[in-house]
Amino acid sequence: MKKILWGLVAIVGAVALAGVAFLRGESINALWLVVAAICVYAIGYRFYAAWIATKVLMVDPSRPTPAQRLENGRDFVPTDRWIVFGHHFAAIAGPGPLVGPTLAAQFGYLPGTLWILVGAVLGGCVQDMTMLFISTRRNGRSLGQMARDELGPIGGFAALIGTLLIMIILIAVLGLVVVNAMRNSPWATSTVFATIPIAILIGLYLRTLRPGRVIEASLIGFVLLLAAVWGGGWIQNAPVVREWFNYDGVPLAWFVIGYGFVAAILPVWLLLAPRDYLSTFLKIGVVLLLGAAVFIMRPEIHMPAITQFVDGTGPVVAGKVFPFVFITIACGAISGFHALISSGTTPKLLGNERDIRLIGYGAMAMESFVAIMAMIAATLLEPGIYFAINSPAGIVGATAQQAVATISGWGFPVTVEQMDTLAREMGESTLFARTGGAPSLAVGMASILASVFGQGLLALWYHFAIMFEAVFILTTVDAGTRVGRFMLQDLLGQVWEPLGRTSWYPSVVISSALVVAGWGYFLYIGVIDPNGGVNILWALFGISNQMLATIALCVVTGVLIKQGRVRYAWVTVLPMAWLAIVTTTAAWQKLLSSDPRIGFLAGANDLAAKLDAGTLSEAAARAAPQLIFNQRLDAALTVFFVIVLWVIILDTARVSWRFLQGLPVPPSSEVPHSLGGAAAAGART
Amino acid sequence: MISRVANRLRLAWAFLRTLVGDDAYDRYRAHQLSCHPGEPPLDRKAHYLLRQQEKWSGVSRCC
Repeated sequence: MKKILWGLVAIVGAVALAGVAFLRGESINALWLVVAAICVYAIGYRFYAAWIATKVLMVDPSRPTPAQRLENGRDFVPTDRWIVFGHHFAAIAGPGPLVGPTLAAQFGYLPGTLWILVGAVLGGCVQDMTMLFISTRRNGRSLGQMARDELGPIGGFAALIGTLLIMIILIAVLGLVVVNAMRNSPWATSTVFATIPIAILIGLYLRTLRPGRVIEASLIGFVLLLAAVWGGGWIQNAPVVREWFNYDGVPLAWFVIGYGFVAAILPVWLLLAPRDYLSTFLKIGVVLLLGAAVFIMRPEIHMPAITQFVDGTGPVVAGKVFPFVFITIACGAISGFHALISSGTTPKLLGNERDIRLIGYGAMAMESFVAIMAMIAATLLEPGIYFAINSPAGIVGATAQQAVATISGWGFPVTVEQMDTLAREMGESTLFARTGGAPSLAVGMASILASVFGQGLLALWYHFAIMFEAVFILTTVDAGTRVGRFMLQDLLGQVWEPLGRTSWYPSVVISSALVVAGWGYFLYIGVIDPNGGVNILWALFGISNQMLATIALCVVTGVLIKQGRVRYAWVTVLPMAWLAIVTTTAAWQKLLSSDPRIGFLAGANDLAAKLDAGTLSEAAARAAPQLIFNQRLDAALTVFFVIVLWVIILDTARVSWRFLQGLPVPPSSEVPHSLGGAAAAGART
Repeated sequence: MISRVANRLRLAWAFLRTLVGDDAYDRYRAHQLSCHPGEPPLDRKAHYLLRQQEKWSGVSRCC
């Protein structure tokens, strides 16, 4: 009976996938994508993940987990598998899987969708699951510690510095997404501003009035957030008040930078913790709502399966579909960042090793499904509208007429009236060149949700979606700055001991300021870049995130080989090799391409030549030196990422080769099965 | 029938409370009283603040 059921799942999945891949009619229904995705995840989970658990990892349900051996009622607590699943999912699912697919939709729906599915099932889910496993066997040690223990100091250092840099790039690009969503929109700006006092209010409530009563506090916060969205609509139409919230990109960038600094040095209970509760509720609520709406409305996908931009001329992200679709979509297919969650926090809650499959593999499949939803929301827009929203003015032209002429010339008809009507419906003054993915995602979400709940609410849904994205982007900004600060303090503490004290206020302020200055710089440059900044920053983010994934997969591979499971090592070597190819190719092109939109150096030289020739406008000439410097800096960063990537791959190869030759290697740091609670507690570092 | 539905609802509510950490203090207190009877447990507020401090000292949110 079960076999028949799984046979059916396989057939339905294959038919749906074939439909997604080969149907070339006017348009296909989003339900095809949803069904194909669910079947692919189900089969991957039922067969591949189960096989990995029993054969490759040899998960042992009888083995006490760290949570059982070291239970302390605080961080080590054996917890129900579905609760751990919820925590793990809430921790890994950030704004990344919403933004990446939206940008990658420029290639058509097919390349991105296939990569999301294949990448997740064979790469991302495997990474999360195997990382969770090896960390569980090591008392919940972090990726950096395990890299040091299993590979040696080089691997450990690469993981540390890689994580710090990815954090800086990540925060900058997410900051840019928020800034672009708020630019010259009093409604969006006032709503996003309002989320800050609301979070503080909830923080005070949770600390003072009713300590720890999270559910009621979150409900109050949710009602207040809805009121803020509604109030923003009033502000948008109020003649004087609207100007208080009407800003251009640069002041908004300074606001995000200042906010990031203040939030990072405030106590966590005041702003970060309460906003995180709100953002988690919103995130899960919105994902469910969107999923239900897609099922009920079954919207048509209007984007072609493949657009001409696979040739590298795309306006949203420059570069050919290979390797750039694999760089643009990191979260949702495979995200190295997850390795930081799968090691460290989650393993300390596992009640049984058996749950590793559900939590590691299952939660990533869920996140991947969120990415599919984002892809649907982006591709159900008329392609002309999608490109009008997501193409920067530097490419399609600064005026509305120029933009629609360029985009219609590509074969994606759109008119100024269409865009004006849409902007009016969404309660915005314009939707041209609103790069970063958030506005187009919000338009997509608003159109699906409004078709269920009534067209009159389009503008409210749009700003609800913007608020929803902003709330958890700001959570990432704040939490990421804090993590960056801890890592920097760890590094600085080795230079001068007091700087390493996490509770010493001068050190907190100095290190927070350094981290904020790091991402603030990239954010500022991204905002003044007439080509939108996203094109540069998102590629850097993708490269760094894939580099971190490679580090994680290297560590797991090293562990598998040292445990004598060479013949199964392909499970992690396969995605690792693919990422190494993709990342190295992308980095190569980002460095050496002669196309100024792709190659950093070509971009810098092109701008320098224009500056010398005096062909730039006055404003552009003023920004040019900074942009030129930035592109050269980006080139240096790319070189650094590739070096780190190959150092760790070669280091893994070296350790594996030595092991296979019978030469000494760092010993396995796995906690032996027989170890009792007391001894394990002593071994804990 | 009604009692079964009520039971289900009660379970769902308990699950939700654990999921978001609403009952974290009760669980901590129970653990503390049973495993460390000598030490008086923290009060609700101190426990909440400590938990938040611990939660946000490492990587707990992703991209």
